Amino acid sequence: MTASNDEKWIDKKISRRDMLKLSGIGVAGVAIGASGFGGVMKAMGYGVFEPVADSITARNKVDFYGAHQSGIITPVQTHIYFASLNVLVTSKKELQELFQKWTPLVVRLMNGELIVDLTTNTRIPTGDTGEAEGLDAAYLSITFGVGPSLFDKLGISHLKPAELVDLPHFPKDQLQKEFTGGDLCIQACADDPQVAFHAVRNLVRAASGKVEIKWSQAGFNSFPAGGGTPRNLFAFKDGTVNPAITDDKDLNKVVWVDKGWLKGGSYLVARKIQMHLETWDRTSLKDQEATFGRYRDSGAAFGKTKEFEDFDVEAKDDKGEYVMPDTSHVHLARKSGARILRRSYSYASGVMSNTGAHDAGLLFVSFQKDPAQFTTVQNSLGRMDKMNEYITHRGSAVFACFPGVQKGSYLGEALFNAL
Amino acid sequence: MKNKSLLSVLVVGGIIMTGCGNTEEAKKEEKPATEQAQPTAEVDLTTELTAYQQFALEQMDQFLMETENFVKLFKAGDIEGAKAAYAPARMYFERSEPIAESFGDLDPRIDGRLADIQEEGKGEEEWTGYHKLEYALWEENTTAGYETVADQLLADAKELHALVQTVEVTPDLMMTGAVDLLNEVSTSKITGEEEIYSHTDLYDFKANIEGAEKIFEILRPKLEAKDKELVATLDEKFKAVDDLLAQHAIADGGYISYEELTEEHTKALAAAVNQLGEPLSQMGIILE
Repeated sequence: MTASNDEKWIDKKISRRDMLKLSGIGVAGVAIGASGFGGVMKAMGYGVFEPVADSITARNKVDFYGAHQSGIITPVQTHIYFASLNVLVTSKKELQELFQKWTPLVVRLMNGELIVDLTTNTRIPTGDTGEAEGLDAAYLSITFGVGPSLFDKLGISHLKPAELVDLPHFPKDQLQKEFTGGDLCIQACADDPQVAFHAVRNLVRAASGKVEIKWSQAGFNSFPAGGGTPRNLFAFKDGTVNPAITDDKDLNKVVWVDKGWLKGGSYLVARKIQMHLETWDRTSLKDQEATFGRYRDSGAAFGKTKEFEDFDVEAKDDKGEYVMPDTSHVHLARKSGARILRRSYSYASGVMSNTGAHDAGLLFVSFQKDPAQFTTVQNSLGRMDKMNEYITHRGSAVFACFPGVQKGSYLGEALFNAL
Repeated sequence: MKNKSLLSVLVVGGIIMTGCGNTEEAKKEEKPATEQAQPTAEVDLTTELTAYQQFALEQMDQFLMETENFVKLFKAGDIEGAKAAYAPARMYFERSEPIAESFGDLDPRIDGRLADIQEEGKGEEEWTGYHKLEYALWEENTTAGYETVADQLLADAKELHALVQTVEVTPDLMMTGAVDLLNEVSTSKITGEEEIYSHTDLYDFKANIEGAEKIFEILRPKLEAKDKELVATLDEKFKAVDDLLAQHAIADGGYISYEELTEEHTKALAAAVNQLGEPLSQMGIILE
């Protein structure tokens, strides 16, 4: 068959039923290849699978294609807009179509382009909402994950990895339904808050009727001029013990899943943690530091002078007391033996209507090979953690973030191809 | 339309019928020529515009009659009767709001809420129309002292009815009108802020949706020709909203009080309206 014949077939409008039949072939295991599938989608008017390439001229750009999704080991940007979504679609097929539609749109956003080109018809709303016009890509990364509830909803529980379960209840959790769970997540991070928000807004709009936002949270991070670990709203450095994003061997141990359809992906844990700034601010510096087990200024562990200097949690002073108090956050976290990649952002969302206190805190985000790593750390903190006095966990969610996408493929393809 | 017979009684020999007849004739003669000779010319929506105008005029006829009835009951001091007539009468107004709205200060005079009046820096004494009578009936449980407001409402309804006869329906009015009707639902009906005393918001909700659906129905053939999938999506999304509303229906075509809705209900309704609004905003593709 010649190329021109192909074109004619592609251009012919086909019914939705035909489309399902055709794509059903793919599911049955007959490889029809990315370009073949693109034809089907194009005839549907989706325009997907004309894969969009990472721009080589775009300014301040993070690449979309690669072994892993962006936004995990991408250098931390200054802003996040995190959205947890519920799906309204009811079949794996429809969700697959949605990710096929989303994939080229995501590349365009990460290129700093409009999600859809403008048309000449001014009688309809524009395809792109427009607020990122004139802004560059701002190191936008977009990370997609699927939550445990998705698999039951779509009747594909057999594809749910055993590790992907809702986190257990932890001591002192005060989880609120409106900040908990979700079928899908979109994590958009950028050095410009409007670019990050624009990405989520437009992806959700493009999926109107297929997904709805369950909860979302904006957040920020600020870096000292010379670089270094950002401080959270308690003024302490956050993320000091992270694995280096350049250490592949270590990342394979801590972050990347190495089996099943999620191979090359990672588990994202999100926790919305309210920080009681008013009580913290009336706590002496000495007590604040004892709460963390680190010095506020340098970030060094107790008994050390430099932030990244290693420490022994079991070390004791002449009197036989722990150098790093055994109720301190860092002591308990380290003692758990588990490691995670932290990628958190602070938030400030007005005031609590019931108390008038700051509604502020940390959108804790961590990536790990297995959510159990987070659970181990959190259980170790338990009731002992001196930090509990100053924080309340309000929201929680866990998502399996797809592996990276190769050109010609689409987000989550391995999941949709799994039988 | 269920009020068709009534309409013909009202408007025999009137503007509507004459206008309609003319258009039909004109269309028969012109259409083939237009199609063959100028395939790229501006899309001809004459039939659709006329159909919508007729719909709006029918609604306004009915609105005037129902308002007359409401005012009569109100002035007779029949509180229960007036309460029962209130929400159904308003539905004719809400269905044709894109048209009714085009007459600047008449809309607030008939449909203004106290909050709107205050926002404009006006005092309570300048508040007139349906919502003031709503306040009298449900909050004060009286009609006494509100007779002049009732008279004014009827006078305003008559003025609106007269003005509407001259209105020119444009493609933009139809396209924008359909989306505006949904926006009305999203911003005030779904929050219960339209009918804060009677809590009959779902009547307005239903009427706004019906108004948008009418525009869609009139444009359906043109849309079919351009994008079948969009029509299928709109059918599906209108049905989703209608089905949700039907869950809150009571006998005689009425609806339960807004106060009986849970947050889950309003959230589901709002989501369904938003999902309808996105494809509805694409109807302008027929003007390409």
